[in-house]
Amino acid sequence: MTFDREYFNIGYLDSLSYKNSFVHALDPRVKILVSFAFILFVVSLPKYELSALTPFFIYPVFLLTAGGIPFNAIAKKVLFISPFAVFIGIFNPLLDTAVVMQVFSWSVSGGWISFFSIIVKFILTVSTALLLIAVTSFPGICESLERLRLPKIFVIQLLFLYRYLFVLLQESLTMIRAREARSFGKKGREIKTFIRLISVLLIRSVERAERIYQAMVSRGFRGEIRVMKKHKLGYYDILFAAISITMFYFFRNYDVVNFIGSGLSRAFR
Amino acid sequence: MHMADALLSPAVGGALWAGTLATIIYSAKKLKEKMDEKMIPLMGMLGAFIFAGQMINFTIPMTGSSGHIGGGMLLAILLGPFAAFLVIASVLVVQALFFADGGLLALGANIWNLGVYPCFIGYPLIYRIIVRGSKSPKLITVASVLGAVVGLQLGALSVVLETKLSGITELPFNTFLMLMQPIHLAVGLVEGFITAGIVVYVRSLRPDIVDDLEGVKTISSGTSLKKVLAVMGLLAVITGGAFSWFASTHPDGLEWSIEKIYGRTEVPEKANPVTEGLSKIQGKTAVLPDYSLPSKVKQETNEAWPAVDPGTSLSGIVGGIMVLALILILGMGIKVMRTHREKS
Repeated sequence: MTFDREYFNIGYLDSLSYKNSFVHALDPRVKILVSFAFILFVVSLPKYELSALTPFFIYPVFLLTAGGIPFNAIAKKVLFISPFAVFIGIFNPLLDTAVVMQVFSWSVSGGWISFFSIIVKFILTVSTALLLIAVTSFPGICESLERLRLPKIFVIQLLFLYRYLFVLLQESLTMIRAREARSFGKKGREIKTFIRLISVLLIRSVERAERIYQAMVSRGFRGEIRVMKKHKLGYYDILFAAISITMFYFFRNYDVVNFIGSGLSRAFR
Repeated sequence: MHMADALLSPAVGGALWAGTLATIIYSAKKLKEKMDEKMIPLMGMLGAFIFAGQMINFTIPMTGSSGHIGGGMLLAILLGPFAAFLVIASVLVVQALFFADGGLLALGANIWNLGVYPCFIGYPLIYRIIVRGSKSPKLITVASVLGAVVGLQLGALSVVLETKLSGITELPFNTFLMLMQPIHLAVGLVEGFITAGIVVYVRSLRPDIVDDLEGVKTISSGTSLKKVLAVMGLLAVITGGAFSWFASTHPDGLEWSIEKIYGRTEVPEKANPVTEGLSKIQGKTAVLPDYSLPSKVKQETNEAWPAVDPGTSLSGIVGGIMVLALILILGMGIKVMRTHREKS
């Protein structure tokens, strides 16, 4: 249950997104595009690349600190989720044993390097996705998706889903609590009980949708929903996008790390 | 079976995003043509229902471990293919953002794997043909199980193919396939039985609601089988086209994984074989700028990999640690500045 609580604790990230900071105030479109570009740059690095990934930490670290997001909130989520990447990646060291690197007396195989490369890429991309929503409100994201020309009905679907998500999560928490209160040990979790529980939840959802529809109609709904547009592309937005993308480009195409590293090694020699 | 960004190459991720976006736009267009207005709150509500429903665990028979429902097939049965696809896509968008399930680049692939197959194959080509409007619980059960199994098998197969084509893991194709398909056969069976159970139970409890849903659905998804097939064909062509376009700008991932599939030879990672001329043109017309660039420095390091060179690796480690330290200092600086400003 603790895992579930952590997993479904989406209200917390949501509350973070209404903070006030430089990154919160940026246009959501810019944040989406820059984050997407970031992820593309990161995953486009070759699979045996490890050190070249390090400069990319600057972007999540910037979002985290400039946005005033608690480190633990993000770190916990990154640790908890998606064992898939680790599970698939762990085969690399077992299968790819060719030695590619010598660090003092250790010989490091290609598999370990590509494994850690997957892990670092995983941390970078996942933390960026989480930080994106931590510094951008969900309605803001929907607004910018509409401006990026996604079909309106899809944007409206996202807004509706988000609005009623918390209501229904509460509803199902109540049901789970009721089930727990009436069952002993492992009982009460059989598929048969589950089907009945979830069917009731489904019926309640459909009925609620019906009531919402009637409420909408009585308030003048004619099949058209407008999405509020609050954001305007400003000077800072363009500056932020330009600087970030130039930086990613630079990190991707020039070996910054080796340059610093070899400079340092020479200085100490 | 959410894919993760870290396992995808930009080519594969981009191609699946293209296919997913095309399907979203097409579904939205189809819904717009004729849709019951009730559909709008209903879709939102059912999306939230899938979330909430996933919170409720059940014990998987025979294994004792607990699972939750996926819901793709159920949505397709309740809402019809187009609305269901949009609902699944929206659920996955929220999951990708709030739980970082997979990630943003992998989101396209995840929507494709979990949405397209139940909505455009499992439901119209299997469920609807078997059930044909009948209310018999037996038929509904057979149809949902078959639909869910086929949908999930195709989804799992796609995950394997996408991972393989991205060329990030060393896992041999066959092993991976033998790992994924049987697991998802079991998942599909459970999912199918539960879906059927819900459909049958809801009908016995509240037939009026089911009839209501049927009405909304038929108004909003009155398409013939032929059309769905044609659309699937079109989508396959679009995805294939986008895929080969992306792939042609980055052949090494593909070639490399194909080599892997047909017997593992001990090949070191090749230097990027994108020809100089081609990459120059693409550098100018780049859609994915990072992708098509010659990346001189990277090429050199790539070639240096097989030969053990303590010099480069040492400077790589020292440099990496330095860079991380710098970023840490920068982050702490920003934090200090922020708290300072908040106090004053």
